[in-house]
Amino acid sequence: MKESVLHKLTILAESAKYDVSCSSSGTIRRNKAGMTGSTSGWGICHSFTEDGRCVSLLKILLTNFCLFDCAYCVNRRSNDIERVAFTPGELAELTIEFYRRNYIEGLFLSSGVIKSPDHTMEKMLRVVKDLRTIHHFNGYIHMKTIPGASQELVHQAGLYADRLSVNLEIPLEQDLKLLAPEKDHQSVYKPMHYIQQGMVQSLEERRKFRSAPRFAPAGQSTQIIVGAAKDNDKDILHLSSALYQRQSMKRVYYSGYIPVNTYDKRLPVVKDSSLKRENRLYQADWLMRFYQFNANEILDDKSPYLDLDMDPKLAWAIRHPERFPVDVNTADYATILRIPGVGVKSAKMIMVARKHGRLNLNGLKKIGVVLKRAQYFITNNELPHYTIHEATPEYVKRVLRDTPSLPSPAEQQLSFGFTD
Amino acid sequence: MSIFYYDKTFDGLLSVVFDAYKIKHFPQALLAEGDIEPMFMERVHTTVTDSGKSDRVWTALRKKLSKQALNHIHHVWQSELPEADYLIFRYIRKVIDSSHSVETHFADEDVMAMLKLAKKVSKDTMYLIEFVRFQKTTQNIFFAPVAPDYNTLPLALRHFIDRFADQHWALYDIRRGYGFYYDLQRVEQITLPDENALIDGKINPTLLAEDEQQFQTLWRNYFKAITIRERINKRQQRQHMPARFWHLLPEMQN
Repeated sequence: MKESVLHKLTILAESAKYDVSCSSSGTIRRNKAGMTGSTSGWGICHSFTEDGRCVSLLKILLTNFCLFDCAYCVNRRSNDIERVAFTPGELAELTIEFYRRNYIEGLFLSSGVIKSPDHTMEKMLRVVKDLRTIHHFNGYIHMKTIPGASQELVHQAGLYADRLSVNLEIPLEQDLKLLAPEKDHQSVYKPMHYIQQGMVQSLEERRKFRSAPRFAPAGQSTQIIVGAAKDNDKDILHLSSALYQRQSMKRVYYSGYIPVNTYDKRLPVVKDSSLKRENRLYQADWLMRFYQFNANEILDDKSPYLDLDMDPKLAWAIRHPERFPVDVNTADYATILRIPGVGVKSAKMIMVARKHGRLNLNGLKKIGVVLKRAQYFITNNELPHYTIHEATPEYVKRVLRDTPSLPSPAEQQLSFGFTD
Repeated sequence: MSIFYYDKTFDGLLSVVFDAYKIKHFPQALLAEGDIEPMFMERVHTTVTDSGKSDRVWTALRKKLSKQALNHIHHVWQSELPEADYLIFRYIRKVIDSSHSVETHFADEDVMAMLKLAKKVSKDTMYLIEFVRFQKTTQNIFFAPVAPDYNTLPLALRHFIDRFADQHWALYDIRRGYGFYYDLQRVEQITLPDENALIDGKINPTLLAEDEQQFQTLWRNYFKAITIRERINKRQQRQHMPARFWHLLPEMQN
């Protein structure tokens, strides 16, 4: 390997780090004779960076040259940064060598847009094809689809990659128009649609012929930048919900906006809350995907923002005292799933464990129910009757909200001698 | 107190179960030959490990337990904890004595203890799968020293055989002093004959392939470059990647 690769790797990894997806789950490919690698199905993290994020794939740009001038992007045309590009051969070799050492599960390939979306897609395809056909690579490949790419190239990408993604970036069209004048939502939705079509078609063919090629077997994902424009949580969750209704959309990622181009006056001054907000959005997203909530239940026009002090499930329960208390020994799965302090795993365990006899508090604790939260929302013979009704929603809200970080010195002075 | 002696092998433990049911007497402790005897011993039995006996017990368990629960028994055994064998013994008794499946009886103390320990062992196995770092040697063998808390190497083997089928590799447990070597055909258990191969649990640098250091440098650089500096959160990093693994990870060596 040439020395220059080290330099390129550093620059192109730096430029790729704001893409949050690093998942390697969703496809199972067992090793085949003469091939390198396998894909597990559940995704494996191999390391964790200092910011606490998982490293599962070699997440990298083919190049950081870019035609576009999007306000929220480090690689925008008008930024004065060093531009470099990998050759497809270099990138394929790097992937294989990292893979053989068990550093990674595979490749996440993205790129700045050079010449045209299709020209860029062709270059990226070269890397992916080389990996699969020359190196017989059987690990995971996530390929970014460039907005505006043609159907033919998206189709080819789907035949080699496990997952495809097109980033939506800015949730509302009018904001996107402002921040990335060369892009529009159509150029994103079209390739998304091609991917979906490819998947549907491939599934149909595979029903007839088992040997028919798979198309993006791990589905597609997208990313939304949160807090770079005036969007609220309700807009974002409704958008996600609509995206999940397309069968091929596996994940929507939320990326709290990190100010990379502070000089651009179109961008807001970021408040510290962006990370917290991102976290709450992920929790709300989980509620939609695993807890059978729909977007309307989590947020509506009256309250368009998620509560930063408590998780959205608890917030929902406090708004709906009439749905509680729930009897853990008789209620159905969907109802049990909505008890704060009960996760998907414990809900499933409750369902099977109660066949052996009534579950008492000790049993619930063993299963992993967080009684600190759940106690106000369940009924059980042992519990004193002190549910959300007796305690009042206001009280529950006060005791269960996240402990606020230390108040500022000024506040401490004001509240000196008083406790509430 | 009544005790059974046995040879502290898994087959031996299953033979203990067989004997206990045969003589209709159940021990309160399981000891290895040579362990210190407890006071007030009432009854002693010595079980001789017999694959005929252990097979019969395992077949009986297979009829009553799911594949997952059978795996849990294996995992708990691999924990090598002093209390693990007697826990497995109590659990198997409950399985045999009950007319219906006990494996989902999560309010039961032993069932839950089995589940919890099995989870710990499988988490440790997962850590192994995540944090193994192969280093290429001059002989083109991808070698990785590992140091799991529990004896999880045998549990992770399948994953590596499937994944790295077309390269020679070896995994070596530096804590327990044994490992496995894969030669493209099969896996065999090994111990390192050459004492100079490992220095403080690390591969002797003279045995590394010429470009090995270069790839480690590339990896280290990549690792640094993808960190978002505005979002440093070392607590979370430690949570997912406990510090006890760091000495084996090239990206954590400056």
